[in-house]
Amino acid sequence: MNRIFNDPDLMVEDAVRGYLKAHQDLVSETTNPRVIKVKSAPKAGKVGVVTGGGSGHEPAFLGYVGEDMVDAVAIGEIFSSPTAQAFLDAFKASNGGAGVACLYGNYAGDNMNVKMAIKMAAKEGITVKTVVANDDVASAPKDELAKRRGVAGEILMWKVGAARAAEGGSLDEVIAAAQKAIDNTRSIGIGLSPCTIVAVGHPNFQIKDGEMEVGIGHHGEPGVSVMKTKPAAEMADMMLDYVLPDLPFAAGDKVAVLLSGLGATPIMELYILYDRIAEMLGQKKIEIKHNFVGNYFTSLEMMGATLTVMRLDDELDRLLARPARSIGLVK
Amino acid sequence: MNLPVSQAGFLVTDLVKAIVAERDHLSEIDGAIGDGDHGVNMAKGFNLCAQALGTPTPGLKESLGILGNTLMAGIGGSMGPLYGTFFNEMADSLDGVAELDAPAFGRMIRAGLDGVLDIGGAKPGDKTLLDTLVPAVEAFEAALSAGKPYRAALDDMVDAARKGRDSTVAMIAKVGRASRLGERSRGVMDAGSASCCIILETLAASVATKLD
Repeated sequence: MNRIFNDPDLMVEDAVRGYLKAHQDLVSETTNPRVIKVKSAPKAGKVGVVTGGGSGHEPAFLGYVGEDMVDAVAIGEIFSSPTAQAFLDAFKASNGGAGVACLYGNYAGDNMNVKMAIKMAAKEGITVKTVVANDDVASAPKDELAKRRGVAGEILMWKVGAARAAEGGSLDEVIAAAQKAIDNTRSIGIGLSPCTIVAVGHPNFQIKDGEMEVGIGHHGEPGVSVMKTKPAAEMADMMLDYVLPDLPFAAGDKVAVLLSGLGATPIMELYILYDRIAEMLGQKKIEIKHNFVGNYFTSLEMMGATLTVMRLDDELDRLLARPARSIGLVK
Repeated sequence: MNLPVSQAGFLVTDLVKAIVAERDHLSEIDGAIGDGDHGVNMAKGFNLCAQALGTPTPGLKESLGILGNTLMAGIGGSMGPLYGTFFNEMADSLDGVAELDAPAFGRMIRAGLDGVLDIGGAKPGDKTLLDTLVPAVEAFEAALSAGKPYRAALDDMVDAARKGRDSTVAMIAKVGRASRLGERSRGVMDAGSASCCIILETLAASVATKLD
């Protein structure tokens, strides 16, 4: 392990402090050190958009706080859900009186903490509704959608929900848009090397040199198969073969494509993958209307990539296209 | 026996000592199929509780409430809400209770269990702390129904907790992060069931020091 840190137990605190210093033009701290918000929040009459999750996925989750993006974020320990209190404080920081949309990923800890935070918020008169992302096709079979985890598709869900809120949509309209976004989104990851939580000191799973794990989760959850590492074009084809039939996507569809590195992946290699993905979608007569290539949702220093594809209708297309500014995503 | 609820805050300080002492052991168990931070997070939460308790230690109801709230606000993840709810519900069950006699102890752990069942959505057999907690609570209640004395009921509870904990080795994880491992989660103890067993063992041992 050769990493950059002071106290391994205080890495989240140290990183959040640095983040606030780096981006003070856009975001600000709150009374809870594990909650940050866009400076302009709360906006009177606007639905607040909140997310939250474990650290180690930067720029997720805090990097998607911004103008016409997520209003406030709850920040957890590395790979561990934020507390119910943090979610509650994020609700409060974003609440402009029109209710709060909490858009987060399907993990046991997040589900519990959000559920408790919603009860606490209700006592304070804040209405919160949720959309739970479940875009990872490798995490459960298609007939068990409710068991699937949320991965990088969450970013597109946040963008859509936040844009609908920025348009002046009601809480129900924001929730409906975000739900439609995730319902039309599918993702898959490929991991080529494991990652290490510094406080633990060693990788909590293994990927052998020269092998890749198809369907790996954002915390190293095992995927659907382990095999010899393939050339980039075959990797891209394999990812599309998991993602496209699952929705299914079809000729004539308009889509958004998000290709994220997992932390250690050279950006150059993401473009090598994207080259093939764009070519294959073109051959299948699937039109890419929006694309995002870069480090959008990482897993510490894991090597690998996740592919996310979202089918668009006019509303999703319009909401994705709406200008927004956050550190993780600018449109 | 003489165990006034107002004088039983030591049960919570004993729990803090036990969990902090088992920090590395719990993390090691978790490392096999989790991310290896269960002991780190639990010890962090229980240490925060020790600071919040102050001296002298408040009564049991207040101390359990402080423990529940510090875990809830301090550690997040799945364990924050699960154990936070567990201890908060135990605290609430002591409303107006003067003596921690056997029926009060039984109602206390039952309330804790019901809280965990409500928030967690898991069931016995899913390879979670419920595999320790459910049989332990049931064994204590069965012992009381059978007319056994308090100490024997505590012994039955601990036996059931240990058997329950050990039963998770053969199980496949059905909820939480380890559930992604499927068959690969078999053969390893669940870390939550191990920490839950430590908690029940410690509660029983602490209460037993006050029994005749």
